[in-house]
Amino acid sequence: MLRLVLQRLGFGGLTILAASVLIFVGTELLPGDLASAILQNTATPENLAEMRAQLGLDRPAPVRYIEWISHAAQGDLGVSLSNQRPVADELAPRLRNSFFLAGFAALVSVPLAVFLGLMAAIYQNSYYDRAVNFFTLMTISIPEYLVGYLLVKYFSVRWQIFPSLANVTSETGFLERIDLTFLPMLTLVLVVVAHMMRMTRASVLNIMASPYIEMAFLKGLTKARVVVRHAFPNALAPIIAVIALNLAYLVVGVVVVESVFVYPGLGQLLVDAVSKHDVPLVQACGLIFSCVFILLNLTADILGIISNPRLRRPR
Amino acid sequence: MSDGPILDVEKLRIEVRTDAGPGPVLVDDISFSLQKGQVLGLIGESGAGKSTIGMAVLGYTRANCYITGGRLLFQGRDIRTMSADERRALRGPGVAYIAQSAAASFNPAHTLMDQICEIPVQLGLMSQAQARARAIELFGELDLPNPAGFGDRYPHQVSGGQLQRAMAAMAMAARPAVLIFDEPTTALDVTTQVEVLASFRKLIREAGTAAIYITHDLAVVAQIADDIMVLRHGKMIEYGRADDILQNPQQDYTKRLVAERAEGHGGGQTHTQTPLLEIRHVTASYTGLAKVIDDVSLAISPGDTLAVVGESGSGKSTLARVVMGLLTREQGDVRFAGDSLPARLNDRTREQLRRVQMIYQSPDVALNPNQTLLQIIGRPVQFYFGRNRAAVRARVLELLKMMDLPADFIDRKPAALSGGQKQRVGIARALAAEPDLIICDEVTSALDQLVGEEILRLLKRLQDELGIAYMFITHDLGVVRRIANKVAVMRHGVVVAAGDTKTVFAPPMHPYTELLLSSVPEMRADWLDDVLAGRG
Repeated sequence: MLRLVLQRLGFGGLTILAASVLIFVGTELLPGDLASAILQNTATPENLAEMRAQLGLDRPAPVRYIEWISHAAQGDLGVSLSNQRPVADELAPRLRNSFFLAGFAALVSVPLAVFLGLMAAIYQNSYYDRAVNFFTLMTISIPEYLVGYLLVKYFSVRWQIFPSLANVTSETGFLERIDLTFLPMLTLVLVVVAHMMRMTRASVLNIMASPYIEMAFLKGLTKARVVVRHAFPNALAPIIAVIALNLAYLVVGVVVVESVFVYPGLGQLLVDAVSKHDVPLVQACGLIFSCVFILLNLTADILGIISNPRLRRPR
Repeated sequence: MSDGPILDVEKLRIEVRTDAGPGPVLVDDISFSLQKGQVLGLIGESGAGKSTIGMAVLGYTRANCYITGGRLLFQGRDIRTMSADERRALRGPGVAYIAQSAAASFNPAHTLMDQICEIPVQLGLMSQAQARARAIELFGELDLPNPAGFGDRYPHQVSGGQLQRAMAAMAMAARPAVLIFDEPTTALDVTTQVEVLASFRKLIREAGTAAIYITHDLAVVAQIADDIMVLRHGKMIEYGRADDILQNPQQDYTKRLVAERAEGHGGGQTHTQTPLLEIRHVTASYTGLAKVIDDVSLAISPGDTLAVVGESGSGKSTLARVVMGLLTREQGDVRFAGDSLPARLNDRTREQLRRVQMIYQSPDVALNPNQTLLQIIGRPVQFYFGRNRAAVRARVLELLKMMDLPADFIDRKPAALSGGQKQRVGIARALAAEPDLIICDEVTSALDQLVGEEILRLLKRLQDELGIAYMFITHDLGVVRRIANKVAVMRHGVVVAAGDTKTVFAPPMHPYTELLLSSVPEMRADWLDDVLAGRG
């Protein structure tokens, strides 16, 4: 099993490297470069060339890639063009905010989705099952900004329970932070819960066709115990994989929700950086996003391996 | 409690009902009763309704099956009129179930101990510690190795025979009044079957548990049952004392079942011509693993039937794959009609491919479900002989006729055929290439006893008519004695004995051949006692 885990870790590392190459090549292919972005209107062929030499842009791309990635590995992500501050300082608070919101949403949505999915499997084809399926399908089908605005309309404007703006700063206390981010969290939960819940239900029901499930019923166990203790542990691997995908989405895919609630997260930062042609910042955001994605999927893979007793305990 | 029967089943009827309306009747008009300590054997081929009856006693029916008539009295209470909770409470302490495949019926995610203790602890009959102690005691009674530590293993960590016994321990955990054994030894090798059977018998005799023993193998049930009921198509054929059924069967169907084991076709004469197939010192393995077959040498002459026998894992199917070229041999030579066959399938000429054909264990898997019989059987005709469509169709019709299959089957697909008919299609497909040698890989083991018997007769007839040689891979020694003139006994990838069937199976025998032979159940009630006594 250790070999399998190490193998996955190795592949994960390679994937991150490949993603970094893609990000670098992608920004290289953009029209214009760092020098023209800095000089903007004042660019003449002469000072462009001078600026390129000064920034080291006249060197071949592979050399610059290796320099960038080795600096990034040591935590040096370069300097932002828009305000000359180190990219890392620019990123750090945004990253914390993004992780906070994602973590908050995950803590609510994952247990909720698994619970709803298990209940739907236990009461398969009941009214409860149909209602949950219908409701979650509905929330996943409505665009997230609409979900966000609807929540704002009712929870902030009409009933005035939660604030509509999630404008947290580094001084915001924990409880206030929870209060401020409640509606964005709810929006995200509504968007991701359907996928995880449906996967839990489908995986468990798939396992329910196994001979050992029939045996569990013949032993005289209740349906709830059969589902939770006999079917669920064997359905874990696909459920974990879907949870990981959704967690990744919570970190990297929430630009729209951030804008609705004016939440200072990474997504907003990336959008700003793109519009300002801030190439180092864009590259850094891309690198972080791909790392989060790959690490979460890697974790899911490894948990999937660990959840299999055949691999955990060989003969 | 009164002295009445523990279980009294009267005129039981079970039907399939779907949204589309009523389906076939699975079980009809079945009545029997069971006293404390009594064992009833239910005998019949697949689809006879044996398992359906067994599960009905647990108050359980599979999806879309319904008990539509009769009574199922357990200690005087009708299981049919019980509430769902009462039925659930019946399972475990009332009636417990032992399934055919322990490997599929144990949950892979939990240890054996957890699964065995589950019911007594859940029902509040025992504490966890008591249930553990009970399980360890049962492991000892079932002759499992290291009873104290056995339960801490996961299902995949123990052997098939051990798992089957662990399943019996699970069923016995809550001290049931009635045990249902559903083909519990069918998936095991013969030598393992003897041990497991002996453990089961000891267990129910000591505990005085009543039992229903379901099997298709009359010789197995003869060792354990007091009464036997023979079933066919959901109806009772014959019901009586085990000895009476075995020695004096009244119904024609029962007579055929009893006769099957006893019948002998004779081994046929030994052929002394130059060998058709010669396997010389062949060694092979799956990549990176230990040798699966090691230094195997065998020969088959034209018209020979060479049976390759051994238990699962002995390398007999691997040998077939090497001869076919599906697996590349690592050392040695395979010669066919005097010429060396290339080791890899892709290097063989079309003529070399044509002359060696194969029939598989499971026709369900070996036949393409989307093709008609014309396509399945016509493909080799067209591929090897390049005939036009009319000629191919004529040839397929001819082959169907040889198989005793109706001509109008030609445009059907495999799903419309029975198991025995599908296997005939598999044979027809092999014959379509007009081969000199056919490798038969466990061709009867997926079939019911009497159906398998017909297939063996068909193969024998084809051999007499066409002079084909067979390499017959099987674990069933009963089959070997009836059809093969030569035999090779394999164990752990090595041929331990080979030669004429009469010589190999007559004293002095190799000890392993003797063990295998003595493990084949015989149609008499005291066979198991004799075997166990013989082994001390």
